[in-house]
Amino acid sequence: MTDVVATNETILVVGGGVSGMTAALEAAEAGKQVILVEKRAYVGGRVTQLYKYFPKLCFPTCGLEINQRRVKGNPNVTVLTMAEVSKLEGNAGNYSATIKISPRFVNSNCTACGDCERAVSAEYPDDYNYGMNKHKGAYRPYRMAYPERFVIDPRMIGTPDADKAKAACKYGAVDLNMKEEVLTLKVGAVIFATGWTPYDAAKIQPYGYDRFPNVISSVEFERMKDISGPTGGKVLRPSDGKEAKDIAFIQCAGSRDRNYLKHCSRICCMASLKQTTYVSEIEGGNSTIYYIDIRAIDRFEDFYQKVQADPKVKFIKSKPANITQDKDGNPIVNGVNTEGYHRYATAHDLVVLAVGMEPSIKGAMPEGVKITVNEHGFIENDGSNGGIFAAGCASDALDVNRAVQSATASALKAIQVINRVAGMEG
Amino acid sequence: MTDLNKQMVEQYRNSFLKEVEANVEEGEWVKMCMQCGVCSGSCPLGPYWDHPPQELFMMIRAGKREEVLASSSMWMCTSCYNCIARCPRELPITHIMHGLAHYAKRLGLAPKNQPTMKFSQKFWDNLMVTGRVNELKLGLSLYFMNGLVEGIKTSLKMKNIGLGMLLTKRMNPMEMLGGHSVKDKSGFKAMIKKAQELEAARIAKFKTP
Repeated sequence: MTDVVATNETILVVGGGVSGMTAALEAAEAGKQVILVEKRAYVGGRVTQLYKYFPKLCFPTCGLEINQRRVKGNPNVTVLTMAEVSKLEGNAGNYSATIKISPRFVNSNCTACGDCERAVSAEYPDDYNYGMNKHKGAYRPYRMAYPERFVIDPRMIGTPDADKAKAACKYGAVDLNMKEEVLTLKVGAVIFATGWTPYDAAKIQPYGYDRFPNVISSVEFERMKDISGPTGGKVLRPSDGKEAKDIAFIQCAGSRDRNYLKHCSRICCMASLKQTTYVSEIEGGNSTIYYIDIRAIDRFEDFYQKVQADPKVKFIKSKPANITQDKDGNPIVNGVNTEGYHRYATAHDLVVLAVGMEPSIKGAMPEGVKITVNEHGFIENDGSNGGIFAAGCASDALDVNRAVQSATASALKAIQVINRVAGMEG
Repeated sequence: MTDLNKQMVEQYRNSFLKEVEANVEEGEWVKMCMQCGVCSGSCPLGPYWDHPPQELFMMIRAGKREEVLASSSMWMCTSCYNCIARCPRELPITHIMHGLAHYAKRLGLAPKNQPTMKFSQKFWDNLMVTGRVNELKLGLSLYFMNGLVEGIKTSLKMKNIGLGMLLTKRMNPMEMLGGHSVKDKSGFKAMIKKAQELEAARIAKFKTP
């Protein structure tokens, strides 16, 4: 049984991505008790799935490691993984949260040696790589996963493979009888850092994401660059495994469109500009960006100018009308160029759809208290939400930099609620 | 908006855009176009247009009055609605195209001998007689649109189809004599007259430059 102490001076952070970790750490380092609830088996969220950050083009692993060490070293933070908040009731200073913890089937004896993984043969699509490859039935979620513990896929339970995993473990860490747990915690303030979900590209019918193998989404492209990823760091065409050289990026795939997502997802322009630098590193690699207008948010205009100066990157001012496919499996991008109104039908090796950000909380709100959201589903920082605040992409479409700022701000708001409670009780 | 803001907006909204907003069906949407190009790329007849919808919208905003109204482009629209279905801002593009075509015709600026326009006029004239479309007369008037010789040639070419339609009772030769009509023909005429008065009043409100 998971043992968690919580009072109405505790802050509950829902979501352990970069925003949730930041909010939890800021509050914990200010001396508050924090419970960090994460749905996945590890913290770090979507940042763990990025190859590089813009604009510095550095690796997110280094910042993640710092945050993981801060969590590890801070006794004020309790991390619950594979956990979700199913119900939230009460008001500022006095909430009751129901938390469901899914069984990991691996206890804290795990040393991450990997014997269980080697012992089993069952494989399942790997969500971490957006299903582009498979992981074993007993697996480490990704190489830097924290907590550093293996997971047993619930689909393997009851099969002979599960017993093999148990038998292989020298430390008695595999516990196949683990059950779902439900905790009810008392907390004073809640920070929703539930993050974002890439927009389902298959809904953009004219782009044929569900029909053409060589039309992929930007988050999948990002995974391809990871050396330990599904393609070993190479940009390979899903149809024939050939290295892609001529790569098209289509902006606003789902965003700024009343048929899909009405809002501008804000990060996709910078993300595609960043991804062109990956393509330019490939021998003979060329990028084409199809766009309505480039929105290099914040102070990133200089990054845009740098990419514009790269002769390997072509910009076409046009939102393509549709994508077709030739007999060799090359996707053909069709449309009319706004600069001159010329019609084009251009074949590329690979098309990357710069998909928009949808708030993960949309349609997944816990039962109980009513939380005010805006028309796009992002949580409003609204007085009517009482002691409930939003951090990062739960509040708006943000890049990592702004998400972290938003998380710090929400930590301060939550601390204010806790101080009020403490003052009344003191 | 402050008065100064409103004043500046008006200053940048050129007179042709104002004219379109006042006189063209759904014309007030033209300013909402963000020039993404999805409509033009999605148009199945797009390659045959001089100016695709997206360009027409930009020309309106640039004040190219004569070029827009004399263009044959909007007459090419077949009302497939692909553009409306895909427009990220939900502009009623098909309706605007028909609105522009209608307005150009009203001003007498539409291209001469535009086949879609000629057909539309014949359809209207045919409909106005009895309140019902007389398909036999409409078909024949189309065959003879370009002269007697060509009319006879086309009629002979279509002979078998015509006979087939007669046999399956899809065409009634008696329609040649007047044809069927709405029940209340004078009511129909009064309704059209009223609609035309309303339209004339709307045009009068905005003085064409």
